[in-house]
Amino acid sequence: MSERATKASRVGAVIAVLALVAFTTMPWWGESSWMRTFVEFACLLTLAQMWNLLAGYGGVVSIGQQAFLGLGAYALFVLADHAQVNPFLCVPLAGLVAAIIAWPTAKVVFRLRGGYFAVGTWVVAEVYRLLIANASFLGGGSGKSLAAVRPFTKAVRESVTYWIALTLVVSAIAFLYLLLRSRHGLALTAIRDSERAAASQGIDVEATKLWVYIASAAGCGVAGALYYLNTVRVSPDAAFNVGWTAYIIFIVVIGGIGTIEGPILGTLIFFSLREALADYGSVYLIVLGAVAVLVMVKFPRGLWGYVQQRFDLRFFPVQRRAATGATALGARPATSGTRN
Amino acid sequence: MIGWLDTVIQGILLGGLYALFAMGLSLIFGVMRLVNIAHGDLIVLAAYLALVVVDATGLGPLNALVICVPAMFVLGYVLQRGLLNFTLGGDILPPLLVTFGLSVIIQNALLQTFSADPRALRLGGVETGSFHLGAGIAVGYFPLLVLGVAVALTGALELLFAHVPLGRAFRATSDDPEAVQLMGVNDRHVYGLAMGIALAIVAVAAVFYGIRTTFAPTDGPDRLLFAFEAVIIGGLGSFSGTLAGGIVLGVAQTIGFRLDPGWGVLTGHLAFLAVLLFKPTGLFPRTR
Amino acid sequence: MLSTHNLIAFYGDFQALFGIDLEVNAGEVVAIIGANGAGKSTLLKTITGLVPTRSDAVRFEGRAIGGRAAHQILSLGVAMVPEARRLFTSLTVEENLLLGGYRKRKGPWTLERVYQLFPVLDEKRRAPSTALSGGQQQMVAIGRALMANPKLLICDEMSLGLAPIVIKGIYDALPSIVAEGITLVIVEQDVSLAMRVSHRLYCLQEGRVSLAGRSQDLRREQVSAAYFGV
Repeated sequence: MSERATKASRVGAVIAVLALVAFTTMPWWGESSWMRTFVEFACLLTLAQMWNLLAGYGGVVSIGQQAFLGLGAYALFVLADHAQVNPFLCVPLAGLVAAIIAWPTAKVVFRLRGGYFAVGTWVVAEVYRLLIANASFLGGGSGKSLAAVRPFTKAVRESVTYWIALTLVVSAIAFLYLLLRSRHGLALTAIRDSERAAASQGIDVEATKLWVYIASAAGCGVAGALYYLNTVRVSPDAAFNVGWTAYIIFIVVIGGIGTIEGPILGTLIFFSLREALADYGSVYLIVLGAVAVLVMVKFPRGLWGYVQQRFDLRFFPVQRRAATGATALGARPATSGTRN
Repeated sequence: MIGWLDTVIQGILLGGLYALFAMGLSLIFGVMRLVNIAHGDLIVLAAYLALVVVDATGLGPLNALVICVPAMFVLGYVLQRGLLNFTLGGDILPPLLVTFGLSVIIQNALLQTFSADPRALRLGGVETGSFHLGAGIAVGYFPLLVLGVAVALTGALELLFAHVPLGRAFRATSDDPEAVQLMGVNDRHVYGLAMGIALAIVAVAAVFYGIRTTFAPTDGPDRLLFAFEAVIIGGLGSFSGTLAGGIVLGVAQTIGFRLDPGWGVLTGHLAFLAVLLFKPTGLFPRTR
Repeated sequence: MLSTHNLIAFYGDFQALFGIDLEVNAGEVVAIIGANGAGKSTLLKTITGLVPTRSDAVRFEGRAIGGRAAHQILSLGVAMVPEARRLFTSLTVEENLLLGGYRKRKGPWTLERVYQLFPVLDEKRRAPSTALSGGQQQMVAIGRALMANPKLLICDEMSLGLAPIVIKGIYDALPSIVAEGITLVIVEQDVSLAMRVSHRLYCLQEGRVSLAGRSQDLRREQVSAAYFGV
């Protein structure tokens, strides 16, 4: 007998519905700059959730997801400007493009393991960056602007982009929540905790990791397309920059890896820090880096993980509780060695 | 034809520098299976350190190594015992994320301190001197020195690991970090020494790098990728393999550069991916 | 020489030892027996420093060593032949032995003395440690521990996985080790063997000492009862 909803999650659900109404109507009562910031927030949050899905739940640590961000962004520009597809429709299509390219990519990178896999994904991102930078029809190294949005008024462009962003945030969170509640989610946490044990239970570890990698790539592709739809201009150095991964990792680590609430908290902290230290140039990155290092060493489960442990608070009930109240999923790594 | 031979020779010489980038990384992979994302940034940091030493003392960059190598050794030991040792222990995320954080901190700290302008270490003309092999092929003295140092260092590391007690301790710690403590080996100290040696090698690589080309605070990531590729192409667990990997990478890049200046680095990446696809354990792996 | 007082130890969250009191005097051979899960390995790990405990819970030659780092405890003269040997797989036989002498403690045990004790290892000096049979690996493990010239040698489950004739060969080497002045603590699954080779014996059961006494005075039924906790 297991119980999933907690009081906190019920309260959280009410707040969420109210917030959703407020956010949906923002184009009518909000300013342009708020909507642009929200779009940026939505992109980073989605990227963070995608990385969290891969690393925090799937146990696959990639530092090359910027590859799919860039590919998604360029998919938008190619489909909209060269294939005359409606630019707004290109955003979800970009996710599809990224997913398609992710499949052969996975075949190559999954030949590496652990830390080597991580750096391998980075190399792959660099390959995509260089290939696009060398393609003059894509604007080469200096990039290009999105001509396809010119027919639309600024108000329409901003509002529709904003709504896409809102839809993305809600769907990404909903997708994660539903996935993790399902048996696939259980399979994922099993793989993260111990690949061998999971395999012995009949879980196809390789296939699951592949699917998670592709799903994560799709999410990153959509976020990339959305981000550059918002800025209307793209370049390979910007879209494929490893700095994206730096931001994402910091967000997830500081917020709380392996939780749905963590990346949300992390993205909020990221934006606040950026605002607070805006006048100090790259100092905010040093601070961010230092905080991430500190958090990783002292609070490996991030700030939300700490709160969760201390106060047993959960807005998204995805963990299964045994009827006795004890959580089924352990918090500590397994001890090795024989009991003797 | 001669043009291609020249390209390959220049590639081999470049490979010597890449092997130096990679040697420290290979050492810490081997001893503690740590993937140090900040490795490239530490090379850049060491280059700036050399610059500071040169400016402050008036020493030539090669002479400045007398200060830089011990300084980087100490930095490596302190970094390992003060921070990185706490990330070791099974899970791959903490060391990856902490070193990633370090990478960002180092890059931005260098940017704040030195600005983004490219800098260089000058050797007073020797860096451009060369001798002629005939048929129009010129071999630079400096690149040859770098390759020579890389080969010598590879030999020294192989010797260390095979015949010296500390080297045995390195190999044993890598095999079984718990049992090695029962032998009286202080594993925390051994990790510190390994990182110290790795950064001492980085200091040498950095000075050669700074002499050969200009450097800037954001150059770290590319150096890491080249070092990493050299190690993987050569095969894990072997310093000779890393030397070979560096040379293969250097040759791949120079061939690519000859085909099209925009293709140099990309060809290196593609060579790496090709090795991954067709010989995932690398060209000269040490079987365990 | 070695004593434990109310030794308590945890394995992660799980309490493995509930207050062990034992004593080993210089020159003795003491056996520790018990079923799987009784706490034998944890006991050895606390003594050798791999598992933490209170400082005064373990005393060696009068010094409180509980909780000290394993490499420090080796320096004081306590060496262990670990369960399952745990030879270093990328090292040869000779390199494994040499590593045992890493701390360069003074004493009669040198590489040559180890080869005298186990002549078969002399032929296999340069072989990778993984190429040896189980019994030969056990010899390397013992030799490696001897190279540290310990005052106290702890042998953890040496008979595990070995044929009886091989076990006999291993245990036949022990008297010469004891004759050199090394005190021995032997952990064994094979109760009769433990009783035969030791002066005194402790039996552990679920993290507690269920029986202690001179080996020749104990009766089989007593020991079985203590072993199984009936």
